[in-house]
Amino acid sequence: MTTTNQVLVVRNLRKKYPKVEALKGIDLTMPQGEIWGLLGPNGSGKSTLLKCIVGLVNPDGGDIEIFGHSRSRHTKAQIAFVPEVENLYRWMTIRQAIDFTSTFYDDWEEERVPGLLAFMGLDPSKKVSSLSKGMRARLKLILALARKAPLLLLDEPFSGIDPASRDRIVEGIVRQFKSEEQTMIISTHAVGDTEQLFDAVVFLDEGTINLQGYAEDLRHQYGKSINDLFKEVFA
Amino acid sequence: MKIDFSTSTPIYLQIIEEFKRQIVTGQLQPGDKVPSQRDLAAQVKVNANTVQRAYREMEILGLVETLRGQGTFVCQNQGVVEETRKEMLTNLVDEFVRAVQALGLSEEATLDVVKTRFSEIDSKEEVNNK
Repeated sequence: MTTTNQVLVVRNLRKKYPKVEALKGIDLTMPQGEIWGLLGPNGSGKSTLLKCIVGLVNPDGGDIEIFGHSRSRHTKAQIAFVPEVENLYRWMTIRQAIDFTSTFYDDWEEERVPGLLAFMGLDPSKKVSSLSKGMRARLKLILALARKAPLLLLDEPFSGIDPASRDRIVEGIVRQFKSEEQTMIISTHAVGDTEQLFDAVVFLDEGTINLQGYAEDLRHQYGKSINDLFKEVFA
Repeated sequence: MKIDFSTSTPIYLQIIEEFKRQIVTGQLQPGDKVPSQRDLAAQVKVNANTVQRAYREMEILGLVETLRGQGTFVCQNQGVVEETRKEMLTNLVDEFVRAVQALGLSEEATLDVVKTRFSEIDSKEEVNNK
């Protein structure tokens, strides 16, 4: 679509854990300015793939290039990663969590924080421990969107949250994502109300890619929604 | 603008359809400003690249034009409205004719029913509106 340069190239990526082969040779080439959905059931390797890209997991084989460079501290600084696990200190207030996070990043844009908080309906004086899971998911997204990172990786941002929070997060991504300078991968196993977010989708099944393409092309080709295709593939 | 998407057909085509519908019914008039791509994307919660594709296509079709620094507007050309109306009507009629033919019904019998139903449905709605 709006392709110019490659943001991410993954070649024959493999990762084995003691009991399971999480990635069995993944190949991906991702152009700038797109939002990709990394779709698959639990245990299909989505998180492992994202963690390999960020540099939190070391692959056993294959390679990863981010903006043409292999993984390093430099490439790590270009990635905003939102993990699925709870990574916020519960005793902090929202304001404290934001201030704390901002100290780690040179690309932090503080001037965007008030708008993001208002949009997400979060009161900065509230404690993290008082927030529902959906509200914590909104906060995690703010922490990623307040950075000017060219590559954003969101791991299961919709998992187990209320529909209102899911809608806010979808709309927040649509509003805040800057396709001129950013690229995003969102992993999810709940395709339903989020498929309209994706330029392209990658179906991951037990460590291999079994379907990949532009969402609109797949809809046209199969006459089905991505959600229906997903259900069919993983039935 | 509100669009109820079916996600089983390309979304950008549905956006174009909705614009055509609004132009034909006069909800959008020639020269009217339409939402910016980013605003529409946020309103209908759809990927901005999808909206961009729809707008690009509509520009090629001559439905809208983008003036640098001012925004996107419905084309002033009245001919485009007429053409779009004709195209939508033809598509509807084609669909209907195929369905009727598939049932093996004759043209005359069908046209009679069409005429009757036209007046019946029209008058019913008038009553309902009163």
